[in-house]
Amino acid sequence: MNNNINPTMEYKQREQQAKSPRQLAVQRFMANKLAVTGMITLTLIILSAIFAPLLTNIDPTRADLTLIEQAPSSDHLLGTDSSGRDNFARLLYGGRISLVIGFSAMMFSLMIGVATGTIAGFYGGKIDSLIMRFADLMLALPFFVLALTIIAIVDEVTIALFVFVIAITTWPNLTRIVRGSFLTLREREFVLSAQALGATNGRIIFKHLLPNAIGPIIVNATLLMATMIILESGMSFIGMGIPQPTPTWGNMLSEAQNIRILRDHPEAWLPPGLAILLTVLSINFIGDGLRDAFDPRSSQRSK
Amino acid sequence: MVIETERVAVEQKTLTPLIRVNELEKYFPIKKGILKKTVGHVKAVDGISFDIYEGETLGIVGESGSGKSTLGRVMLKLASPTAGEIYYQSTNLTHLNRNDMRSYRQDLQMIFQDPFSSLNPKMNVYELLEESLLIQTRLPKEERRKKVASMIGKVGLRQSDLQKYPHEFSGGQRQRISIARALILEPKFVVCDESVSALDVSIQGQVLNLMKDLQDELRLTYMFISHDLSVVHHMSDRVAVMYLGQIMEIAKKEAIYDNPLHPYTKALLSSIPTGVEEGVREEVRLKGDIPSPANPPKGCPLSTRCPFAFDRCHKETPELLKKNDDQQVACHLYENE
Repeated sequence: MNNNINPTMEYKQREQQAKSPRQLAVQRFMANKLAVTGMITLTLIILSAIFAPLLTNIDPTRADLTLIEQAPSSDHLLGTDSSGRDNFARLLYGGRISLVIGFSAMMFSLMIGVATGTIAGFYGGKIDSLIMRFADLMLALPFFVLALTIIAIVDEVTIALFVFVIAITTWPNLTRIVRGSFLTLREREFVLSAQALGATNGRIIFKHLLPNAIGPIIVNATLLMATMIILESGMSFIGMGIPQPTPTWGNMLSEAQNIRILRDHPEAWLPPGLAILLTVLSINFIGDGLRDAFDPRSSQRSK
Repeated sequence: MVIETERVAVEQKTLTPLIRVNELEKYFPIKKGILKKTVGHVKAVDGISFDIYEGETLGIVGESGSGKSTLGRVMLKLASPTAGEIYYQSTNLTHLNRNDMRSYRQDLQMIFQDPFSSLNPKMNVYELLEESLLIQTRLPKEERRKKVASMIGKVGLRQSDLQKYPHEFSGGQRQRISIARALILEPKFVVCDESVSALDVSIQGQVLNLMKDLQDELRLTYMFISHDLSVVHHMSDRVAVMYLGQIMEIAKKEAIYDNPLHPYTKALLSSIPTGVEEGVREEVRLKGDIPSPANPPKGCPLSTRCPFAFDRCHKETPELLKKNDDQQVACHLYENE
C-alpha cells in the first residue's frame, strides 16, 4: 500500500510536521485533558480574584460587630465571620493575596535558584561545592521553625517579607534542578561544538544550556508555587501569616479553629478550603502536564 | 598577491606544514579520596609528533581508547595539552588563552561524531548555521542570510529545511547540517572526529563523498579520525596508526595498506573482513585486550599483546623512526635493519 502514496503528498505532510520543539510541547500539553482542566480551573480562580470588585461591592476588611457569624443571606452570600466581615468578599479578595504570594515567591525563588544553579553547574569546582553545601544547609533548616523565628522578630509582617521568607527557604530545590540539568547538558556534543566555534561562556549558557534546561525548570517552579500557596495558608492558619484584617484563604481558615464555627458554619471555612484545594490541584495538574509536554518519554515510562 | 602565492603553495604541496604537532601529551589525572589526591594519570595522548600539509587528509586510526578523539580535541584546544606544542602555520597555539584562541577558530574547525547530540535541539537549521557567522564574523544580517542559503545548498539540503529543527532530520541529514555549520566559516583545517561512525553504512558513503567534494571545492585540509579502516582508506592521503596514546606507524596510505610494517598495523588490517581488501596479507593476531591507558605496559605499548615481542620490547619504548620515504614506524623489529 505504501507504494501508492503520492510523493508530493508525502512531502506536503512533512511540511506540515515542521514544528518547533515549543510548538510540539504546546500540542502535547493541549492533548492532556487533566492539564487543560487544571488550566481552565486556575484561570477561573485567577479571573475571579482579579475581577473581585466587579463580583462584589463589599469591602472585605470592613468589620461590622452587629453582624457577626451571620448565616448566608442575599446580602452576604457566604455569611459573615466572627468580626462581621463578609465571607464571600474575603474569599474573592483572599485569592489575590494567596496567588500573589505564591507567584512572587516562586519568581523570587526561581531567580535565586537559576542564578546559583547556573554558576554551580557551569563552572563547577570550588564555587560549585560552596553553593551546594550552602543549599544543603538551607534545606536542612526546618521551614516552619525558620519562618516563625523571622516573623517573631520583626514588628510588622508584610506580604513582601512573607514572600522573602518563603523564597529564601525554597530556592535550593531549583538550584539542584538547574545544576543537575547543566551537568547533563554540558556533556552533550553541541556544547563542545559551540566551544569549537569560539562561543563565549555567556552564549553557551544563554543560548545552549538554559533553553534546553527550561523544561524541568518550569515544571519544578510550577510545582513549587503550589507548595508555596500551601505554606502561606498553613502559616496564616496558625496566625503567623499575613495579619488580619487582610483577607487570605489561610486567614479565613483560621476561623475554623473555633469549634462552634467548625460545627455550625461550614459555609465560612469550606469555600476557602476548597479554593486552596482546587488551586493547588490545578497547579499540580498543569505541572504534570508541562512535564509530559517537555519530556514525552517520562510519561511513557510511568505507564 | 597573498592569494597568488598561496595557490602556488597548494599546487606544489610545499613542505611547510599547515599544522605541526610536537611531542604532544595529554594526561588526565586520576584523583582518589576525600582530598582528591592524584594517584596516577590516564595517558590519553603520550608524546605525539606529526605534520599535516595543506590540502591533504591525514587519517588517524586505532581501537577505541587509543586516544584518537582526545588528540583531535587537544589540537583544537578544546582541552588543554599537558605538554608539547601545537603550531598552526607559524603560530604556536599551545599557550593561547581562550580569547586569543577565538580568532583562530574560524580557520580550525571540527565535525563531531554523533549527529544526534552535536546539534542544539532548540535551534532551527538557520539559527544553527547563522551562529557560526555570528560568533566569528561581523557580517550584516543580509550577508549572513545569503551565506547560510548558499551553504545549505552545498551540503545537499533544501532551502525549506532552514526553518526545520534537528529532530525532523535523519542521521545523515543531521551530519550534513553539522558539516555546513563547521564549513560555513571557510576554515583551513578541519578535524573530523568519527564523523560517519554513527551513520548507516549506506549513508556513510554519501556523507564521505560530500566531505571529499567540499574538500576540493573549499581547499580544506582534513584530519580524519576513525576506527574504520576502510573509511580511512577512502578518505586519506596519509595514515597514522595510534595505540595507547602513541603513534605506531605513520605513512602514505598505499604503504600502510599494501606494505604495513608494524605488527599492530598488520593486526588491524587482518581484522578487516576478507573480501573488502584484495590480496593475501600476512595475518597477525593480537592476544588479549587493549591495556588500560592508566597503567600502560613498560617498554613498547604493544609488548603485552604482540606475537613478535622479545626481551627488548618489554624494557625499551621504541622510537618512531623513518623506515623509508614517508614511512615511519615505532618498532624494535625494524630498528637494526
